[in-house]
This record gives sequence, C-alpha cells and structure tokens, in this order.
Amino acid sequence: MKLKGRVWKYGDNVDTDAIIPARYLNMSTAAELAEHCMEDIDLSFVQEVKPGDIVVGGNNFGCGSSREHAPLALKGAQVSCVVAKSFARIFFRNAINIGLPILECPAAVDGTQAGQTLEVELETGTIRNVDTGAVFHAEAFPPFMLDLIRAGGLVEYTKEQLKERK
Amino acid sequence: MGETMSEKILSKHAGQKLKAGQLAQIPVDLVLANDITAPISLREFKRLGVEKVFDPEKVVLVPDHFAPNKDIKSAEQCKQMREFARSQELAHYFEVGRMGIEHALLPEQGLVRPGEVVVGADSHTCTYGALGAFATGMGSTDIAVAMATGQIWMKVPQTIKFVYKGRLPKWVGGKDLILHTIGDIGVEGALYMAMEFTGEAVGQLSVDGRLTMSNMAIEAGGKAGLFNVDDKTVQYLKGRTDQPYTIYRSDPDAAYARVIEYDVTKLEPQVAFPHLPSNARPLSQVGQVPIDQAVIGSCTNGRLEDLEVAAMLLNGRQVARDVRCIIIPATQQIYLQAVRNGWAEIFVQAGAVLSTPTCGPCLGGHMGILAAGERCVSTTNRNFVGRMGHPQSEVYLAGPAVAAASAVLGRIGGPDEL
Ligand code: SF4
Repeated sequence: MKLKGRVWKYGDNVDTDAIIPARYLNMSTAAELAEHCMEDIDLSFVQEVKPGDIVVGGNNFGCGSSREHAPLALKGAQVSCVVAKSFARIFFRNAINIGLPILECPAAVDGTQAGQTLEVELETGTIRNVDTGAVFHAEAFPPFMLDLIRAGGLVEYTKEQLKERK
Repeated sequence: MGETMSEKILSKHAGQKLKAGQLAQIPVDLVLANDITAPISLREFKRLGVEKVFDPEKVVLVPDHFAPNKDIKSAEQCKQMREFARSQELAHYFEVGRMGIEHALLPEQGLVRPGEVVVGADSHTCTYGALGAFATGMGSTDIAVAMATGQIWMKVPQTIKFVYKGRLPKWVGGKDLILHTIGDIGVEGALYMAMEFTGEAVGQLSVDGRLTMSNMAIEAGGKAGLFNVDDKTVQYLKGRTDQPYTIYRSDPDAAYARVIEYDVTKLEPQVAFPHLPSNARPLSQVGQVPIDQAVIGSCTNGRLEDLEVAAMLLNGRQVARDVRCIIIPATQQIYLQAVRNGWAEIFVQAGAVLSTPTCGPCLGGHMGILAAGERCVSTTNRNFVGRMGHPQSEVYLAGPAVAAASAVLGRIGGPDEL
C-alpha cells in the first residue's frame, strides 16, 4: 500500500487532548471528531488538511488519555498516516486497531519539514521525501501486528478468530 | 534469571511462561469502560457480531466523566451505556448517585484483587497496580474485544524498579513522590514499561497514597505501576472482597530494565508547571503564582485521605477572595464519610464548592472550566494545553496539602505558610 501526502509537522509529546480536546468527547464518530482535530494547538489544521496528508511528530506522539477518539479524529480528517520518533503505547494500539497506519522513524522525522511531501510504502516501511529525494526506513511491524493490519483492524481479526474457533 | 511481578502475573494468566517483550493473548479478570469510551466500545462490540459479554460479572461500566450528564450529547452516551448494562444484565453498572470516579470506585468496592489482570478503556486503569494487580489502559476497540472474548493481546512489558529510601517528610505524600519521579524520568521515561514502586517510604504510604502513585504511571508513559502487597494492602482488602487472591512478588534476581533510587528524606511537596506533568519543581522554587481556582478531587487525589488533609487545612480558614475552590469526593462512600466527619461543613464554611462525584474539571468537562488566562492549582494528573478548559488557561499539579493551602493563600503555597 502506497501513501502520499503533504506533511503537517509537530513537536514532541503531542498529547491526545491536543489531537482532540476532551470537550468534544460527547461525540464519537470519525467525521464529527475530525472537525476539531488539533484545534487547540493548530487552528489551520482543520481548515487546510487534505485527504492523504501525513502527520509527522516527535517523541511520545499520542501521549495522555486512552481516547480512541484521537486516532479516529485523524482518520476522519483523512490523514493517511502518522510518522513519529516514538508513539505513546495506547495511541499505538488504538491506531493499529482502527486501521490508521503509523510508522516509527526518527530519521524521517528529522529529515522532513512541514509542507514537504512524503511517500510511504507500508509493507516495507520505506519513507521517501519527494522534495529532497531522501529515503528512510521505518521499523518493521512484528508479524502478529501485520496480521492485524492485514485483517483490517482488531475487530475483523477477532471475527476471523471467533469463526475459526467455531 | 528470575521473573518480575508483571511477568509472573501475565504468565499465570496466559498459561505459558512469558518473558518481557513477548506478545500473547492474555485472559482478563475485569474489563472496564466509562461514559466517553464505552460508546465506541459498544459500537465495535456490535460489529463483532457477538450476542453476550464473556461474563456479566466481569464487565464494569461507570458513568463518571460527563455525569451527572452535562449536556444532551452526554446524556445520550450515558443512556446507550445504561441500556447495554441492562440488556447484558451486568452485575456492576454504577448509576449516578451510587457511582464514583471509576479508579477510586473499583478498589473501594473490592472489585480488584492482587494478582489479577484488569484492562480498562481509560488510561488511568493503571491505578489498580497499587493493590498488586496488573492493570492497564487501552482503547475502546481493545475493550470491545475483551468484553466479547475475555482476553486481549498484550506485550509483556519490561520493568523499571523504583526504590524510595528514607522517611517521608511532613506534607509529602504519594503525589509528591510520583511528580518528583516523572520530573526526573520525563513523560516518556517509562514508555511501554511497568513501574515497580518499592522502598521504605512507599511502605509508609497508605493504600490511598499508593493508588495516587500507580494512577500516574501513565504520565511517565508507563503501562502499569505496581506495588508489593503488604499488611496495609491485606487490611484494605478485608471486608471489601471475600474472593481468594494470589500475591506475586518479583524475584530478587529479576531482570529489570533499570533500577532508580531516590532518597526522600529532604523531598519537598512538588508542583508540576504547565503544560507537562514532568515540569515538576519543589515548592520552595515555585515563586509567586497567583491562582483563580483550586481543584481537589479526581481519581488521583479525591480519596478520603486527600479530603482529610483538605479539611484539616481549611478548618476555621477562608478560601481567598479571588479563588474558586472546588472539592470533589471521588465516590459516594467518600462523600458520605466527608459528611459524617464534619468535613462537608468545614468546606462549605470555608467558602468552597462541594460537588457530587464526577471527573468534571479534570478533563475540562464541566464543574469548573477555566477561561482564557486563568490559572488553577489542581490535584488531578494532567496539565496539558486546554486540559481544564481554554487553551490559554494553565493547570499546576500538586497534592491536596498544597492545593488546599493555595486556595487559602490565593497563590501557590504550602501548609507551613498558613
Ligand atoms: S478523574 Fe480525570 S484522569 Fe481520572 S478518570 Fe476522570 S477524567 Fe480521567
């Protein structure tokens, strides 16, 4: 799967309150949540984000609350993928579980500016900066997680498992 | 090589020997969700095509975040959850008037025991590690799967051992220890790891104080925050549960990722400045910080011992003219005890608000939202941008002694200044 999009770049410790403020947690669909994605730290995000865009963050991206609303809001904003130096644990699980691709790659983060375009190949973890031509390699997912992603998320994966058990 | 407590608990549940780093399907003893995470869980549960939860005794739902319902949308979310609880005949659905903030409520009600595995659609599920359980927060989809199947995939974490040496100085409690720790290792200092809290000083803490520390393991990126079970834990469990439980301890030669020691003898009360819990400073280095609001409550510090400290300091004193002081007992039982002990009267006489249990302002929901430019000292656990309201407001994290003293002083300060 090839993803390509313009980069929105943020710093370290982008927390889930920044991705979707708690005052909007009385809603739960991706489309509703997307309307407020990132608004407390970047008002222009919601106005200018385009389908396929890529969010790039520093260390500990998605720290804080367990709200699945955070990856859902990004997915609803049609962000194609998040690249960060590291992810907070629960955000990492949530993103994989709902099928939002995420890649850990410190070199790619350092080698990318806001507004540039990245091309990402999920199977190999290859990240190419279209503007500079630089190529980076993200850590590969362990096989179990690749199975999850291939199945289309945790719910689909579990459905398959439940069927097999029967 | 010996095993850590986490490895032992997870191995026992999985029925196979597990080492840190391994992925495994882990059967769970309890599954939790609240009014903001449950709606997504229930949606995904439906998509799974399963009729019934794996065990109606082991799925707990608590409306605490935006409850008593703050608006129509919140009311709809609680309604969904309530209807699910009824149709699934869940044994543990806690209605408004009988509820509390989930992480104060579950231990209080004896629903968590040592050696168990608990997962919750809330990041502060790690609180129960204080009782020697392996408890961790997950997302709504994970919890939907756990509700349906009774198990969930997990990676066995490595462990960092913390040793707190020496005796605790006056006014220094669990909150100060954990803020100091997060200040030292940073908000990702324990990313993906279990934290084990040990040493003489934590032995001195009550179970309430330990729950406060485990609660904030997630603020260092931790997956779990564990304590050894001792006499105090056993006493705490007596009368709350009659179920048998197993006590696990790390082997002396367990493989730790790191061991970090602190001497607490000279530790001061801590205050975490905006906008990260790791921006902790000793009280003497806070300087002049005037406040508009003080909040004493939450799953971190809304327990009986916290209210006792607040009552002691507010007794016969007045909240400063320009400060709103909001006190929120974390459960109905704590609320009732505060009334019986005469603390309710002390709070109201002092000019503070005494609220029904709710998460409320902790996550900027209701009951004390901040306007632009306002500052709050709070016993909660997060001070991210916009956490308690306007993105230009500020939250300073502290323990109940500093929060109550600050309410009287009108600026951040300690009990010794009263
Ligand atoms: S009190 Fe705050 S941190 Fe605790 S569960 Fe409620 S919102 Fe979360």
